[in-house]
Amino acid sequence: MSSALLYALAGVALCGIGLAGFLLLNHLLRRLLAFNLIGSGVFLVLVGLAQHRGGPDPVPQALVLTGIVVAIAATALAVVLIRRYFHLTGRTSFKAESEGDGGGAGS
Amino acid sequence: MRRVRLFVTLLACAGLIVALAAAVLDVAGAAVSSELPEQLRASLERSGVEHPVTAVLLNFRSYDTLLEIGVLVIAGMAGISLASTNSLEDPALRSADSLLYALQRWFVPVMLLLAAYLLWAGAYRPGGAFQAGAVLAATGVLMRLGGLPMAFIRPGILLRLGLVIGFAVFLLVAVVGALMGEAFLAYPATMAGLLILTIEVALTLSIGMILLALFVAAPVTDEHEPEEGAGS
Repeated sequence: MSSALLYALAGVALCGIGLAGFLLLNHLLRRLLAFNLIGSGVFLVLVGLAQHRGGPDPVPQALVLTGIVVAIAATALAVVLIRRYFHLTGRTSFKAESEGDGGGAGS
Repeated sequence: MRRVRLFVTLLACAGLIVALAAAVLDVAGAAVSSELPEQLRASLERSGVEHPVTAVLLNFRSYDTLLEIGVLVIAGMAGISLASTNSLEDPALRSADSLLYALQRWFVPVMLLLAAYLLWAGAYRPGGAFQAGAVLAATGVLMRLGGLPMAFIRPGILLRLGLVIGFAVFLLVAVVGALMGEAFLAYPATMAGLLILTIEVALTLSIGMILLALFVAAPVTDEHEPEEGAGS
């Protein structure tokens, strides 16, 4: 097993951990972080698997670089949206925090 | 019930990890090898730059990069329109930390220099518009946190120009290339290096501006905190 393959497998593990966090956590910021973890895992798989044979491959690296920049912008936009949601409703998750809070999921 | 749900979710995620790992190992063990790196090496001289990643980003697969900066512009505009204040440059939103203020007199010039170096280095070694844009945005964030006034993010011509200049220059080069008889986004071979540098400078400015605008659009101030559950 080469070290590049180890990176790809670490990316696979990150995907699984991120998916578990995304499904199990309620706080919107934590869900955003978990979603980013899935994205990082995908990037690692792309780069690691491509350079497993024959050294670094510039094409997947360029794709991942593009993906990272888009992921940063999407994350920043999501943070702005989450803050706006918090300003409007006072909640940090889509579930009502207590009984009698009024209203169900705020999506 | 809750514990059952937790258990099932963790089991499903573990299953996903095992299945994905099997798929990765299967792909890694396959004998077929891509000829893409050889093709890239063979045509690197025609690209106008010496570093293969930059060549892929801004010449061979510039469609991706064009669409990427388009996505960034849309994200930046959406972020600005969601900001809760009229102007992104509101004196009430500035924090004033005297240590940061003193530090950034040293850091800001060095970071600007680093951004310029990264931009220039992209032609022949790792670096390029995105790294330089990220450093530029970090400089802006530091200036913001240190309480330095930044007139260019007031609503106006400079903000709008900064947001769209990368996308506009890129699109202009692509369309002019198409009108001159080449394909859309194909550069004439003699001018490829110069055109790529022009696009990269504009991209750097735009990326820095968009990321900074997205940071500024989500202000962390205590005075705007709503009362719990109001207005939903």
